[in-house]
Amino acid sequence: MTGERPIRLVDATLRDGSHAIRHRFTPEQVTRIASRLDEAGVYAVGVGHGDGVGGSSYQYGFALHPDEELHAAAAAAVSRAKLAVTMIPGIGTKEHLHRARDFGCSLARIATHCTEADIAEQHIALARELGFEVHGDLMMSHMQTPEGMGEQARIMVDAGAQGVYIMDSAGALTVGDVRARVAAMLAAIGDIAEVGMHAHNNLSLAVANSVAAIEEGATLVDACLAGLGAGAGNCQTEVLVAVLERLGYDTGIDLWTLQDAADSDVRPLMVQPPTIDRDTLTLGYAGVPSSFLLHARRASDALGVDTRDILVELGRRRVVGGQEDVILDVASGLAGASERST
Amino acid sequence: MQISVAIVGSGNIGTDLLYKISRKPTLRLVGVAGIDPASDGLARARDLGYVVTPDGLEALLDLVPGIDLVFDATSASAHLAHARLLRERGIRCVDLTPAALGPSVVPEVNLSEHLDTPEVSLITCGAQATVPIVAALAAEFPIPYAEMVSTVASRSAGPGTRQNIDEFTIATARSLEEVGGAESGKAIIVLNPADPPILMRNTVYVRSPDLERDRALAAVGRAVETVSRYVPGYRLASEPLVEDDRIAVIVEVEGAGDYLPTYAGNLDIMTSAAIRVAEVQAERLATA
Repeated sequence: MTGERPIRLVDATLRDGSHAIRHRFTPEQVTRIASRLDEAGVYAVGVGHGDGVGGSSYQYGFALHPDEELHAAAAAAVSRAKLAVTMIPGIGTKEHLHRARDFGCSLARIATHCTEADIAEQHIALARELGFEVHGDLMMSHMQTPEGMGEQARIMVDAGAQGVYIMDSAGALTVGDVRARVAAMLAAIGDIAEVGMHAHNNLSLAVANSVAAIEEGATLVDACLAGLGAGAGNCQTEVLVAVLERLGYDTGIDLWTLQDAADSDVRPLMVQPPTIDRDTLTLGYAGVPSSFLLHARRASDALGVDTRDILVELGRRRVVGGQEDVILDVASGLAGASERST
Repeated sequence: MQISVAIVGSGNIGTDLLYKISRKPTLRLVGVAGIDPASDGLARARDLGYVVTPDGLEALLDLVPGIDLVFDATSASAHLAHARLLRERGIRCVDLTPAALGPSVVPEVNLSEHLDTPEVSLITCGAQATVPIVAALAAEFPIPYAEMVSTVASRSAGPGTRQNIDEFTIATARSLEEVGGAESGKAIIVLNPADPPILMRNTVYVRSPDLERDRALAAVGRAVETVSRYVPGYRLASEPLVEDDRIAVIVEVEGAGDYLPTYAGNLDIMTSAAIRVAEVQAERLATA
């Protein structure tokens, strides 16, 4: 369709989807899914722990297989799609970027909270030096104004990022919120860089938000097969491609292959399908990182506290991505308070 | 028995040290050196009657004889020259920068092993907050793995921290091993921009196959009590949680508010640890 830049779809099934299955992807699953995505013609395939390289920990959950193994499996399975690695400064280090490149990654996603872009400057610069295509990710984008998103995006681009994503980690953005952020970021960086959208479906707006972002001028978009991702899942790859085609975009991606990959290869490994239920809806409603869902549910079961109460309190405290340790604290506090009042 | 101490670095950390030192009877502050004549820190020191110079450490050493110990609150790169200068003149140094030239020290854990070295490094604020917990548990049980997560207010993370995020996690993880006694360590740092700013929070996860609940809780309690004696705002944020072979401990640090705001516990724990090292050196001299 119109526009000088093509829309580039980065599939995040094997990275954001990691949250949904407690980081238990196997090399065999990665090989299968990555090769199908490559066949379908997506621009890039994101692979690794949900919290990026170095994320395997008590804090975020230990991975069944280290990222190096998953990267190696994916690299062997793809021939045209780029392999994307996510790295969060403070969790992963520059050494992880070197290793990811050695294992076949060529697209680096450097992610910070949406107000802290400057902690990624060194990592973005190094990734460029190492020959990566580099995108910055601004997480929890609902916690930053559109103007602020523009400023933070500029910091990342000045450091060398070639694109900057709105990461709606909490699935809390409405369609209008997305449009405003894309516009502000294009105003700030559109002369030399692209804008991307990463949506979660907690308010059932993932596909709509992704489409709106593209209509507003975003040319990078994340999506996951069958929506497999944190919380209520992500923008569903095969649905997005179908919608974009109906809107007249030439995605260059084979819809049938995506559908088959989603239904035959991704659905069987789900613990449960991405669902908007009272817990995941509350993630979006309260503005809490989607990656907190399974941890919050575990705390809820252990302490007999409603998951929603935990999430609402986390939202009230304005926790950011990465703060999973606060969950148990909040749950214990709520459990203690209810004990005291009985 | 007093020792004469000086501060190089008139930024936030150096200025906070200024106020803390003035309350310690065994430490006599004899000068403050900076490089920015317009800095608030130098102005405050001057107003309080101390000898100050904006011409750097060497100028201060020439102005004031008989300095026993210098606190370096500058930067890793500036510290290299300071370390050489101080070593040449036989003056001890407590390094609050990430330069990591001297041995890594956490007071009350391993300071006694490094009392005679020309300089000691205080590693990172995260190390100061969590190594004591790991060390106390390592004295009771073998620890194959220890992990810490520091969460600090964005406002208390200045350019020094932001440009050195990797150095923070790598140095802190190493200290969990080398000073804390874990076989393998991991460190994570998260910045949170919430307003009002949050207190520094540190979660420590320690795994031991031989973990015994009561002994572990007692060890953690002792460690927290020890640290709180020189960092009054250091405390458990909630009851430690023991699950099978893992204990999770959450400590928060509220700063004293001497110069830095109270939410900047991450900076306060560094200045408090630095002061503690100097006090121990002063005690040594008193008994020598």
